Amino acid sequence: MATVLETKSVNKTYELGASVIRAVDDVSVSIQAGEFVALVGPSGSGKTTLLAMLAGLLSPSGGNILIDGDDLGDMSDAQRTRFRREKIGFTFQANNLVSYLTAQENVELMLRLNGKLDREGKLRAQELLARLGLGDRLKNLPRQLSGGQQQRVAIARALIHNPSVVLTDEPTASLDTERAFQVVETFSALIHEQKRAGIMVTHDLRMCQYADRIIQMMDGEVVRIIEDKDEIYNVARTSKVEGPKIPPEKP
Amino acid sequence: MPIYLALKELWRNKGRFFLISLVIGLITTLVIFVAALSEGLGAGNREYLEKLDGELIVYNKNADLLIGFSRLSRSKLAEIQRVPGVKKVGPISFSSVSVILGPDKRLNISMIGVEPGQPGEPPALEGRSLRSRSGREAVIERSLALRTGLKVGDNFTIKSTQGTQDEFYTLKVIGISDGRQYSLQPAAFVPLLTWDEIKPSPTIDDLKGELTSNIIAVQLDNPDDFKVVKQLIEEQVANVVAVDRVTAFQNTPGYSAQQSTLNTQGTFVLIIGTLVIGGFFQIQTLQKVPQTGMLKAIGTSNLTIALAAIVQIIAVTTLGVLLGGVATLALKLSFPPTIPIVFTGNAALGGIAAIMLIGPIGGILSIRYALKVEPLKALGL
Repeated sequence: MATVLETKSVNKTYELGASVIRAVDDVSVSIQAGEFVALVGPSGSGKTTLLAMLAGLLSPSGGNILIDGDDLGDMSDAQRTRFRREKIGFTFQANNLVSYLTAQENVELMLRLNGKLDREGKLRAQELLARLGLGDRLKNLPRQLSGGQQQRVAIARALIHNPSVVLTDEPTASLDTERAFQVVETFSALIHEQKRAGIMVTHDLRMCQYADRIIQMMDGEVVRIIEDKDEIYNVARTSKVEGPKIPPEKP
Repeated sequence: MPIYLALKELWRNKGRFFLISLVIGLITTLVIFVAALSEGLGAGNREYLEKLDGELIVYNKNADLLIGFSRLSRSKLAEIQRVPGVKKVGPISFSSVSVILGPDKRLNISMIGVEPGQPGEPPALEGRSLRSRSGREAVIERSLALRTGLKVGDNFTIKSTQGTQDEFYTLKVIGISDGRQYSLQPAAFVPLLTWDEIKPSPTIDDLKGELTSNIIAVQLDNPDDFKVVKQLIEEQVANVVAVDRVTAFQNTPGYSAQQSTLNTQGTFVLIIGTLVIGGFFQIQTLQKVPQTGMLKAIGTSNLTIALAAIVQIIAVTTLGVLLGGVATLALKLSFPPTIPIVFTGNAALGGIAAIMLIGPIGGILSIRYALKVEPLKALGL
């Protein structure tokens, strides 16, 4: 499989008075098309900072980030903004959707931003939402949707424009367990199906069972990479997060 | 894209945006209303002098350009007539009398004495001009006709206090001119000799003596020569000062103070409007910070965000101005002619242009704030 995303000795430092804080320290990883990676670690481990740098929202202090061979460090702010809307899909913990656009319009927004909204694009948005179980919610505004439904709309929006990389930050933070499993399972399935490179930042290790790889961070450094399926499953099973460790059985 | 975002947000939050449009509409009405009041009061004060058919107005030098204090004798009239460049001269005198409209109903008017056929006499749009030099006839101006219902051929009675006696005189309406109010009162124009006979006076003795006028209107052979002729008049005729019409009405008692008061009011309404509109859009922007951050994070450019905000501000302001226009029109139709409010195209357009300008000015800060939103901070990453 082709490498879509690659970081080379990426670091991010902040000066706090006389001391220097290394939020991300010498991180080198690569992610292939169709691979779903979970980025885990305790608060302050640097996973969200790394995600922000991968999204082009934060410049690294050193090292390189390459997406489809393009180095984000070589781009101007305007180029990075354009790059984000073309090559990156993003979902956030909260405030994911534009409050005055319907579910379908929110998904179509990425196509509009890229000047690619046509009849076929509209149909694709409808199909994607239907696939995510929101076929009857196309005309609903975000306030008329539950948290899980909003996350699923955000996932559809992150995928609709065929980005190379899809980033998601704590997608299950505001969801109940059942919804959380559903959202991550669907997200993982779509990443695999559409051959995107997917990265999920999460503190909930139970969700890692859908990942192909777990990258564990601590104090800004990558301390462990787990690729073995059984080991990944064990991590999910031994999570200290309260609640079921495996998804409830589907009726 | 910016128009799409702006209009979608407007449409899906129409209640909130309509309310601010309503506020802008009220501000528009207030701005146009103050402008119309300024125009109406100004016109009521200056209308007669502004439309006078003479390029220069001559005062007694010691009167400080106050018509009520100025007295000019007939001999001055002849002297001014002899100044090179002067075509015609017309003595004009002013006083205030009451028109009797019923047992307990009176209307104060300006009675203006003019020389028939000379500068100062208004052209009659209905009926005819003054002919007799001493007849009991009058040309009334439009607002007097509107407020009293007088028509050409009607008689009306005026009350003039002479000494300690109230004297009553009947005058016949022979013509109606366009609006020529003076001193915020409707006006009737009578021959100067008639005016001299029936004018109010503190004592009976004041009625006797040399015929004088307050001012003299001067028509020039060539209106462009008014500076030269003004200088000649002031050099060749002792103890007089000549000014143009604008200077004359600006020196009408209270005119400048009244206009500056109304202009100040208008300015404050615009400042308040700017703050209200600016405040609304600023609150709106603050409420949308996380959403703006999200839009930027997914690749929306600052240009798109700024243009969307500008489109919204213009749309909300335009709707407000339209609502204000309709409200102003309704107000105009409901006002009786006695209220000194004149809605002119210029005043209305000026008000509308000012509001259309203060909308974006008020919104500039909010746009600037939106552009500075950091996606990372806004999303709490």
